[in-house]
Amino acid sequence: MQQQKHQLRHVSAIKNGYVIDHIPTGQGLRILALLNLAIYPKVITVGLNLPSKRIGKKDIIKLEDRSISNEEESRIALLAPGATMARIRNYAVIKKKTLEIPSEITGLLRCPNRNCITNYEAIDTLFHVYRAGTQLRMHCTYCERVFHQQDMTDLSQLA
Amino acid sequence: MKKTNPFRNRDVISIRDFTKQEILDVLKEAERFHKGAVPHEPLKSRMMASCFFESSTRTRLSFESAMQKLGGRVIGFSDAKATSTSKGESLSDTMRIVSNYADVIVLRHFADGAARLAAQVSDKPVINAGDGANQHPTQTLIDLYTIQKTQKKIDEIHIAFVGDLKYGRTVHSLVSALTNFSVRLYFVAPPSLQIPKEPLQEVKARQIKFSQHEKIEEIISRVDVLYMTRIQQERFTDNIEYQRVKGTYRLTPESLKRGKKTLCILHPLPRVTEISPEIDAMPQAHYFQQASYGLYVRQAILSLVLS
Ligand SMILES: [Zn+2]
Repeated sequence: MQQQKHQLRHVSAIKNGYVIDHIPTGQGLRILALLNLAIYPKVITVGLNLPSKRIGKKDIIKLEDRSISNEEESRIALLAPGATMARIRNYAVIKKKTLEIPSEITGLLRCPNRNCITNYEAIDTLFHVYRAGTQLRMHCTYCERVFHQQDMTDLSQLA
Repeated sequence: MKKTNPFRNRDVISIRDFTKQEILDVLKEAERFHKGAVPHEPLKSRMMASCFFESSTRTRLSFESAMQKLGGRVIGFSDAKATSTSKGESLSDTMRIVSNYADVIVLRHFADGAARLAAQVSDKPVINAGDGANQHPTQTLIDLYTIQKTQKKIDEIHIAFVGDLKYGRTVHSLVSALTNFSVRLYFVAPPSLQIPKEPLQEVKARQIKFSQHEKIEEIISRVDVLYMTRIQQERFTDNIEYQRVKGTYRLTPESLKRGKKTLCILHPLPRVTEISPEIDAMPQAHYFQQASYGLYVRQAILSLVLS
């Protein structure tokens, strides 16, 4: 516990907000872009390429006074599976979880197949996600096509 | 005890939704219609809506005549111009409304996944009659029925797919369906039109033996079924290349000499030049029969879904 506190303060402590830690190195900046933080007026602390016992090198992001929606959380999970997300209140961690890739993603991603019905009608997309080695594959329930992570424009815009 | 029919009120969207046993059950039902061993007009007073947002005369006539032979009635449209879709109505709304009038909806649509969406919004079963480049499950069942009919089995057969294996929806669906069986697959195509990674993944995942070839001669003596496809000129930027490929993947009586006596040639039709007309009269030619079996398979599907 003592060590965890120390870790959190590695960059600089925040009073209220979120700490996203153990981000695979390189994904930190993508998460900043995803959360549209370039125009955020409050304190953001970012650490890149920090040493990590668990994953070698990591990125870390601390957000003062900002909440993270479920949708944002799913997107972060896709970019940085294995990252941890801690909610901070009054300098203390009140909730912490490891982000896992959801097995299904509803409405979040656009289908890269331009002829997919989801690109004609106002309906939610639905992808089943599975791992192929270190890569992710996404299967569209509608057009039945399987896509690589880098095919998904919503994710690759950030990549 | 009466066996419950697992197809009752079920959507027929993708061949991937079918287990091996379900495929065999549909083929068995088709066989009953083929033999005429069925009650008179089993679907009397039932209504089929035939919704063709993209025209396909052969498929539409096949479904409509199947329904009428079963004693049922048909309403519908044969292209999108006739519907409110041309005024901007969504597919979802059209399907909701049509499902008030009909007991079953047969849908043809230009967009991939249209049938899956239609099935979600309609409270009546939807039968996919082709959704863009994605699926055409009744066509796949017809292919399987023809294979079973000519070979007396599907397991253990050696089947070669020839021609355009990259863009051919019928090939991808049939390959996917065949992964339920223990078959040996051969993919014969120019490198630019070889079978894509995705269907191959399915083949590998089921540990089905397969190989890729550039020439029919390499495999002709080994196969039970030759599944020919049309090579379309628009797939080529170079006309010389097109002419060369067209010549290479053309079947002639000469090329069949080294094949098995029981070899069965299939083709989803329409064909252009890939099968020489002299073959039509040979016992190996089964593509016209294949087309005629469409009626029995669609009768089977409609009666299973509606009874
Ligand atoms: Zn799709």
